[in-house]
Amino acid sequence: MEVTVKIERFDPTSDTAPHDVSYRVEAQETDRVLDLLNQIKWYQDGTLTYRRSCTQGICGSDAMRINGRNRLACKTLVKDVGHSIDVRPLFGLSVLRDLVVDQEPFFQKYADVLPWLIVDESQTPERERLQSPAERERFDDTTKCILCAACTTACPPFWANGKFIGPASIVNAHRFIFDSRDQGAGERLRILNQRWGAWGCRVVFNCTDVCPRGIQVTDAIEQVKREILQENL
Amino acid sequence: MNVIQHTFDVVIVGAGGAGLMAAIQTSGAANVAVLSKLYPSRSHTGSAQGGIGAALGNLEEDHWEWHMFDTVKGGDYLSDQDAVEIMCRDAIDTVYELEHQGLPFSRTPLGLIDQRRFGGHTRNFGEAPVRRACYAADRTGHMILQTLYQQCIKNRVRFFSEYHVLDLILSTGRAAGVVAREIRTGDLHVFRAKAVILTTGGYGRAFKITSNALANTGDAVAMIFRRGLPLEDMEFFQFHPTGLYPLGVLLTEGARGEGAILLNGEGERFMERYAPTLKDLAPRDLISRCIYTEIREGRGIDGNDYVYLDLRHLGKAVIESKLPDITEFVRVYLGIDPVTQLVPIVPTAHYAMGGIPTDVDGRVTVDPENTPLPGLYAAGECACVSIHGANRLGTNSLVDIIVFGRRAGKDALRFIQQADLPPLPADALDRARTELAHFLGGPSSEPAAAIRSELQKTMMDLASVLRTGTGLQDCVNVVHALQERFQGVRPADRSEHFNTDLLETLEVGYLLDVSEALAVSALNRTESRGAHFREDYPTRNDAEWLKHTLAYRENGTLRMRYKPVSITKFEPKARTY
Repeated sequence: MEVTVKIERFDPTSDTAPHDVSYRVEAQETDRVLDLLNQIKWYQDGTLTYRRSCTQGICGSDAMRINGRNRLACKTLVKDVGHSIDVRPLFGLSVLRDLVVDQEPFFQKYADVLPWLIVDESQTPERERLQSPAERERFDDTTKCILCAACTTACPPFWANGKFIGPASIVNAHRFIFDSRDQGAGERLRILNQRWGAWGCRVVFNCTDVCPRGIQVTDAIEQVKREILQENL
Repeated sequence: MNVIQHTFDVVIVGAGGAGLMAAIQTSGAANVAVLSKLYPSRSHTGSAQGGIGAALGNLEEDHWEWHMFDTVKGGDYLSDQDAVEIMCRDAIDTVYELEHQGLPFSRTPLGLIDQRRFGGHTRNFGEAPVRRACYAADRTGHMILQTLYQQCIKNRVRFFSEYHVLDLILSTGRAAGVVAREIRTGDLHVFRAKAVILTTGGYGRAFKITSNALANTGDAVAMIFRRGLPLEDMEFFQFHPTGLYPLGVLLTEGARGEGAILLNGEGERFMERYAPTLKDLAPRDLISRCIYTEIREGRGIDGNDYVYLDLRHLGKAVIESKLPDITEFVRVYLGIDPVTQLVPIVPTAHYAMGGIPTDVDGRVTVDPENTPLPGLYAAGECACVSIHGANRLGTNSLVDIIVFGRRAGKDALRFIQQADLPPLPADALDRARTELAHFLGGPSSEPAAAIRSELQKTMMDLASVLRTGTGLQDCVNVVHALQERFQGVRPADRSEHFNTDLLETLEVGYLLDVSEALAVSALNRTESRGAHFREDYPTRNDAEWLKHTLAYRENGTLRMRYKPVSITKFEPKARTY
């Protein structure tokens, strides 16, 4: 069968504004949207530009707006979105070309929450630190994050104020704050106890709705907010 | 096009597990740059699922010697045993190091790192499966990549993300840096360095059905080959038995480690016939061959070219807690629920045992005497130490990147402390410029994708699980013809700015060259060993072939040399499971 893929194209070196281009592609219901983009790029229009790598929803390269919703192109099948498919770049980050957005600010905000285990290294044991299955389970959900930026670029407060640190960063802060081995929670909570930190969240739930890893993002953010309040920073 | 110059002590090419581990080792004491054509967190290490092998003995008795024996036997005795010993000893400390860096391993009730069974890993030299694979659910690679990336951020490692390395700079017999193209701008960058560490991963994209990322195109391997330097044991390429049919997306061996079994079209657990002791946990080369045999003899599912993986008896709780990611893969891509339904699987091109020859410190070597090329290092899947011999055991790829990424980093640090910066040759940019001028000028004869598609089909049909001399000769001929046709190919996109069409076209060139080395090496080796199975030479021949292949490109043809295998503890024996 044939599907129509309408793609927002933009080349800042030659275009003054984005424009839509439609392509027709032969497809099967079980094809990934990424397969369609590849067919277009490989055999119809080599200038179509997007990021991709793993093809299986784990590298986080190909988050984009597909039929109005942030998804990974490699984890979205034709049968999920129908035969008329609308593809646009993530919203809220500047477009470098076509479906490629500038991720530098996104990765900088990730680094801002000190996303590494903070411990007193003089206390490192010879073998592993102990952690019970229940302690490990406490932050299991937020270890799944693949930094695809789908959540942050679906977040209205982020659209309104690019200074907001965004759900992905708070998720990654959560991953360490609730890790029983970590000793940096206070430092991270102070960073997040700001208008542009965790309090920038307005509990819209868009992040949770779009997370391709199924992380309960809003819940994680609320847990971080409660932790800030309990710590009396 | 602008040319920008940089000078570092160490330049690392590739930001997967091996590259990041090398970066962590060197970044405190040296000026280090990590270049990647992706962002580091996009690297294919993140796709590894099941576990990392180390004889911690957290659940039952285990010893590094047992791990060593399994690795050597799994590699069909082609592994260099001195290197395997180092790896299996180091594996234990490096797993603890990963835990100390924050890796969220799954835990035992006592709070220790949990361990599960995996193919080919046994207790007491082959008696029965052993729990050796340390894991974080079925996203162990994801957690390793994240943890190492986080440590690099902490250590303020300088990343050049979305830089595509075009060429190595060699000067007065030493590595002197690399030439890279900044994808975002099209600018050329010259990175001078005292040491270069190549960690670009594998090249599974040479095959039609693969678990590999689109980015896995063998870039550094092809660059080494083009410079007339040798590639080792390229004929050994692993097909993982359980790729999701028909995509090839990986379903971890951890599923069988937890108890899943393979069924043929008659509902028979056929691995009991082929490997009575380890059954569904036999090594990958053996199981992939068995699946091909079942299909060829008409026992695929309803006569089709796949068999089933049965997880149903594991129960919903085990499947969803220990194998959540692959459960989702099956649900998303096939609309099948593994809790209640059988999963169709097919062997998928997974891992290159061969690659750039190195010694145990990651130093790239250039001849059968293991003479190093000073300042040049390689680690991880692009390298061949050789740990994996003719067939890699599950979990050992993660062990390899961590152990040898670390060792390469440590040795590079030693090296740069006594080495000066090599002079930049006057022609440092010439090869990259010539290549770009070729691809960005003139009309294209056909799309690069057409060449790639033919290559992948040919390699799958003629150089995958079951091989013959005539098939491999055909394969070599097709690859040569495709290389010829590729001369007429140009990308449609000629812009400077974020030109991924140019990148993909160059990648097709890399795939063609590594495929040539693979197919010619496979044609040359007239025996069967590990993942290299010749139907016309179906047995292992130690008298003639217990040796490593070194393939050199010389004047347009391939010359083969051979390197002895290091045998220290385990004399080659018949390999049964």
